[in-house]
Amino acid sequence: MPFRGNLVSASIAALASLVVAVVTIAMLWKFDQSLHVSAARHVVARVVEIPLAIATLAVPFYGLRAFATSQRAGRLAARGEYQSARVAVEDSRDHIWVVVGIGMTALVGAFAAFLLSANDGAVRSVLFDWSLIWRSRTGLVKGFWLNIKLFVVSEILVLVWALLVAIVRLLPGRACAPVRFLAIAYTDIFRGVPAVITIYLIVLGFALAGVPVFDSMSKDGQVFWLSVLALVLVYGAYVAEVYRAGIESIHWSQTAAARSLGLSQWQTMRHVVIPQAVRRIIPPLLNDFVALQKDTALVSFVGVVEILNYAGLYKNRFFNLSPVTGAAIAYLIITIPVTRFVDYLIRIDKERIQAQ
Amino acid sequence: MSAFLELRDVHKRFGDNEVLRGVDLGVDEHQVVCLIGPSGCGKSTLLRCINALEPIDRGEIDIDGERVSGRGVDVNALRADVGIVFQSFNLFPHMSVLENVALAPRKVLKLSPREATQRAFELLTRIGLDEKAHEYPDRLSGGQQQRVAIVRALAMQPRVMLLDEVTSALDPELVSEVLTLITQLATEGMTMLLATHEMGFARDVSSKVVFLYQGRIEEQGPPEQMFNDPHSERTRGFLRSIIEAKRL
Repeated sequence: MPFRGNLVSASIAALASLVVAVVTIAMLWKFDQSLHVSAARHVVARVVEIPLAIATLAVPFYGLRAFATSQRAGRLAARGEYQSARVAVEDSRDHIWVVVGIGMTALVGAFAAFLLSANDGAVRSVLFDWSLIWRSRTGLVKGFWLNIKLFVVSEILVLVWALLVAIVRLLPGRACAPVRFLAIAYTDIFRGVPAVITIYLIVLGFALAGVPVFDSMSKDGQVFWLSVLALVLVYGAYVAEVYRAGIESIHWSQTAAARSLGLSQWQTMRHVVIPQAVRRIIPPLLNDFVALQKDTALVSFVGVVEILNYAGLYKNRFFNLSPVTGAAIAYLIITIPVTRFVDYLIRIDKERIQAQ
Repeated sequence: MSAFLELRDVHKRFGDNEVLRGVDLGVDEHQVVCLIGPSGCGKSTLLRCINALEPIDRGEIDIDGERVSGRGVDVNALRADVGIVFQSFNLFPHMSVLENVALAPRKVLKLSPREATQRAFELLTRIGLDEKAHEYPDRLSGGQQQRVAIVRALAMQPRVMLLDEVTSALDPELVSEVLTLITQLATEGMTMLLATHEMGFARDVSSKVVFLYQGRIEEQGPPEQMFNDPHSERTRGFLRSIIEAKRL
């Protein structure tokens, strides 16, 4: 077995690690200089900045170690101690990976610091003025409450509606071909049209056309329920496909086993196929739900006074975009915990069912 | 007089592949009939046709004098009467062992949840798996899973049991616990038709052995005759290859 050193990659890693350290610390310094705050708050900032700068030094530390270890491997190989030489190369490679891992993180951090300090901290004051976000809070909360109502109602309806579409699309036999075709046409059309256009057409169009049922509602109720209808139609098309993929992923032997016990086709779906399919599709389903939650912001284009509308009003009043950042934060407060909670549920369910 | 389970001239094709080419077979009540034959000879298909999991193209199948093939058959009622167990267990992974066994009695026989649970628990106790009642199938060994699959079919109190190579997917040391259970059922008089590669088992338990070859019955007879004095050259060839593989 020939000996193969890694002097070239170790040299590159060592060099790159030095560059990364210099760039990162320079950006942190630039960030520090762009802060125009009281002395007390500057101290607080430095309490964070200084440890970050020190942590950055780990990158050249490991870069140089990778280089030194690689050289040692070369010396060992020259003496004919191939076993130890290969061990040294492995160590050197591990160090290189540390450089890659910490180095990339440091670079991203440095870039963020650069962005926030650009133009003497203008990005920070235009996008992240916390006092303005705080002053917009009443409107933002009031607006977001409408978004929450919109997506909770829509999601529940989407769950039911999409399952129905998926089941129709999977109906067997020639006789059901026309209704299968309907389901396919629906999913193709509503996935193919941008959500904002569908919302425009349905919310403004149905209101203008005086479509019964909606026409008899109050102005606010009408806009709310038409928005729900538009969102359900758009996301129902996506989620129907998710359901279908989930149902088709359940092996036919499960259906055979259920049918062989005398369960009807519907009972087999209800008790055997769908419960297993739903477990599998929770991650993509959640994906679509987070997307739906975010797309409730689109109804601001048809005059629903939700969070983005309020944020826009504050933006004009303060001539500053921080209230919009506040709206973004409101979304994150909902979406991140929901994602983590569902991940947790999936893990619990897996542990329960799967062998250790 | 016709047999309890009677197949007449059963044909089945998948596209160009004619799997069953006219099978005539009778299974009397309380009889245990073993189907043997090389893989691809149609054993599994035959069992699936009897259970109406596959529709047959030609011929007739009767159970206790009642037509169970073709149109106008209540397949769900038929399947409630004819249990089938598969090579790969096919337990429902999202249900506990108890729920697996109790599902069909509850939904098909319309037993109350209490009755269904009680029936399931009795069956599990019988095979010594009552302690595993609330476990999920993945936590059980292959042999345990297959025994649960068998009692899941038994919970419907079927009049015939079809077993499709139920030990083929098991590790060798787990085979005997499943065969013991099947032997027990045979002693109790359960009518059974089973496809198997366990020749020793077929010899000891069955009342009749049927050698299936390329979709036709090549030869059938009592086990002593089939194993010691087969008439057909093909049967002899098949048994020889089994003996050479040290499986008999």
